[in-house]
Amino acid sequence: MVANNSTRIFSVTLRVWRQSGPGQPGKFVDYPAPQVSPDMSFLELLDVVNDGLTLTGEEPIAFAHDCREGICGTCSCTINGKPHGPGKGVATCQVYMRSFRDGDVIVVEPFRAKAFPLVKDLVTDREAFDKIQQAGGFISVRTGAAPDANSIPVPKDDADLAMDAAACIGCGACVAACKNASAMLFVAAKVSHLGLMPQGQPERDRRVLAMVQTMDEAGFGNCANQYECSAVCPKLISHDFIARMNRDYVSALFRENFKPASNATGGGA
Amino acid sequence: MAKLESKTPSGPLEQKWEKHKTEIKLVNPANKRKYEVIVVGAGLAGSSSAATLAELGYKVKSFVFHDSPRRAHSIAAQGGINAAKNYQNDGDSVHRLFYDTLKGGDYRARESNVHRLAEVSVNIIDQCAAQGVPFAREYGGLLANRSFGGAQVSRTFYARGQTGQQLLLGAYSALSRMVGQGAIELHTNSEMLDLVIVDGHAKGIIVRDLITGQITRHSADAVVLATGGYGNVFNLSTYARGSNATAIWRAYKRGACLANPCYTQIHPTCIPVSGDYQSKLTLMSESLRNDGRIWVPKKKEDAGKEPGSIPEANRDYYLERIYPSFGNLAPRDVSSRAAMRMCNEGRGVGPTGLGVYLDFADAIKRLGEPAVRERYGNLFDIYHEITAEDAYKTPMRIFPAVHYTMGGLWVDYNLMSNIPGLFVLGEANFSDHGANRLGASALMQGLADGYFVLPYTIGDYLAGQKPASRPSTESTEFKQAEDNVRSMTQRLLATKGKEPVSHFHKRLGKIMWEHCGMARTKESLESALQLIPALREEFWANVNVPGSAETLNQSLEQAGRVADFIELGELLCRDALTREESCGGHFREEYQYPDGECKRDDEKFAHVAAWEYQGEGKAPLRNIEPLNYEFTKMSVRSYK
Repeated sequence: MVANNSTRIFSVTLRVWRQSGPGQPGKFVDYPAPQVSPDMSFLELLDVVNDGLTLTGEEPIAFAHDCREGICGTCSCTINGKPHGPGKGVATCQVYMRSFRDGDVIVVEPFRAKAFPLVKDLVTDREAFDKIQQAGGFISVRTGAAPDANSIPVPKDDADLAMDAAACIGCGACVAACKNASAMLFVAAKVSHLGLMPQGQPERDRRVLAMVQTMDEAGFGNCANQYECSAVCPKLISHDFIARMNRDYVSALFRENFKPASNATGGGA
Repeated sequence: MAKLESKTPSGPLEQKWEKHKTEIKLVNPANKRKYEVIVVGAGLAGSSSAATLAELGYKVKSFVFHDSPRRAHSIAAQGGINAAKNYQNDGDSVHRLFYDTLKGGDYRARESNVHRLAEVSVNIIDQCAAQGVPFAREYGGLLANRSFGGAQVSRTFYARGQTGQQLLLGAYSALSRMVGQGAIELHTNSEMLDLVIVDGHAKGIIVRDLITGQITRHSADAVVLATGGYGNVFNLSTYARGSNATAIWRAYKRGACLANPCYTQIHPTCIPVSGDYQSKLTLMSESLRNDGRIWVPKKKEDAGKEPGSIPEANRDYYLERIYPSFGNLAPRDVSSRAAMRMCNEGRGVGPTGLGVYLDFADAIKRLGEPAVRERYGNLFDIYHEITAEDAYKTPMRIFPAVHYTMGGLWVDYNLMSNIPGLFVLGEANFSDHGANRLGASALMQGLADGYFVLPYTIGDYLAGQKPASRPSTESTEFKQAEDNVRSMTQRLLATKGKEPVSHFHKRLGKIMWEHCGMARTKESLESALQLIPALREEFWANVNVPGSAETLNQSLEQAGRVADFIELGELLCRDALTREESCGGHFREEYQYPDGECKRDDEKFAHVAAWEYQGEGKAPLRNIEPLNYEFTKMSVRSYK
């Protein structure tokens, strides 16, 4: 018989950041949670606390969540000072209460960064990430224009490394963990994923230049090489990709400035 | 009575789609920019269609309730995507994929649609590879494949255990590219709450901004719904918490027929439930069944013992025993019911007795732990996070859970519903999977619809609409629809009862699972049809939705969705009661063979049941589209 934890009920206190909207004053409020099962997920505990608040007439805590299996990147709580909480390589929704002990006070905050303005309580606006993708996070291929998939072999090691980078879920924990609120791990993951694939070569230079420029404009800081980003990343994306992006960026910038000008003007008969 | 013309083209099966493409009307490039298309939802079907329509030159408005299109639940699909590439040289072909899909669906899908799906499957892989989707590769750099349930060939393409994520990010990148070019107007945090019909055609939607609470009207020349399935009607499922049926339900209430709602898929390999607080069931990919062996103890007395202490001779590898030719890769509905039978016999394992073992000991012996780790490492990690158990050392415990809905809004061959101008894609429609979907076919269908079907077929409709003739959002129809949304919101907020929304969702889920889950009977369904209307009444009298409508209010969002689920649940049970046969995901205990397999009734039920709303308090109308099999024989499905 497998060990059954569900009888070990314990209690904790949630100290949660409450803020009714942007520009409003915020504060921490304590919520006792007396019936905690170790098999409960952290977000399930928030559900239970919220149902309790609803019945007492207090507005429930707004928090972002969706898939609850660590892949959609919606959930985004800083728990006890660490984005996504105590676990390694997991998102907030994959934190289970067995990580805490009876009597713990658990401090819960939103992901804080200038480029992620607060919406309400624990919810922030991460649209800046979408803007960066729109600037260049793609390979331009019209639907229907693709050659046979096996006509472009990709060395397995490159494909595997590209997949390591592509595993990014776009949650923004890297930004929240960084003292500069840098988005370089996020951007580097996308730049590296596409830059490692042969399909991504034609736009490699313009991609990295456009994405980095948009990142800077959105108000994210720069990398100071402390790697707090990769330490909290729920997909354990390596900060080596930042070095790869920097290399790509420098060579793209160099090529951009010494590019032979083409006389092509388009048009034709 | 709705007119249900399937518009299936005539001619040989293999030529229908080609022929149809040459016969349908086109919109000339200069006119395309005069047409606006609304796409609701940004999963595989929504993102791929929005991107492709924008590439073609249409003006696209994309609406998604998530904060980013990349969050849509297609992201969570783990195992893979089927395509008839025959890269493995193992005898696969378009015809074989067509046949497997049709048979897997227990002969309850249209032949023409399924064949088209198999045909375009090969283009999908090309498209995704060109977008940079990092599919698994062999050392020579070519694409790798794995096997999935219901097939005897290896035709599933994958990206570790995150295939859905990678395909969605591919479609999202195509979408983002067009947003960046200004060809798509993207509305995030925007939930569609009503469909607007003008002169019988779908011409717009009413949307609530989930952050500001603002309600806005949007008109278009056509509306595309790609809003996913309705599995959260069961409350506990592998769906995301936000997945909902509101868009399709509100369209149903505006006259779109809802087809075969009783076809619901229960996935055999999910992590068992642990407590009342549970919000979600987590899937363990079907790909695990490639190497994992499913078993329960032969003797009831052993069910409570440590699995390692049960000797080989006392284990019942029941799928291998009952279905020797497909073994652990029997289709999902067959495997789920077999697990349920084992648990009903008292041989279920784990603390609740509702579980079976999925054991990797043999695979680890054969391949070594590193090889198993490379194939399934992330799934073993997820299992460990949730259960705190190490599946390399002790077998996983799994149990079936609601995973997918084959039913959905009725569409014709052009993916247009019975409301002209309303197109429905992906899981939101009913079209291609019949009564049961095979593994790795959902991703295929979502992308087929979005990349390769709708972009052609929508032209046929738009060519008949005068360019730039969209109705004004000031028209009565828009005003009436907005009033409808506002009054429902007000009613939800004003009730101020004693129970939170989740209370009703849980109760609905319990009724659905117990009375209309893996196995259904006339009695259970009739009792559900008593319980659900009562629950609905109680909901509207006693729900408590705190806060206001003018701000982010997650309780309010959820309340609207649960209100719709309650109504949809009733229709689902009604459909299940009326369909007096067993087929695929719809299992009626009265209709089975002695060995417990589905007993179809082709004479009476070889048809699509498309339900039509008749107004509040009135019984819906059951329309029928006969399924005519011209090219395949409807046979008894056997995986033995």
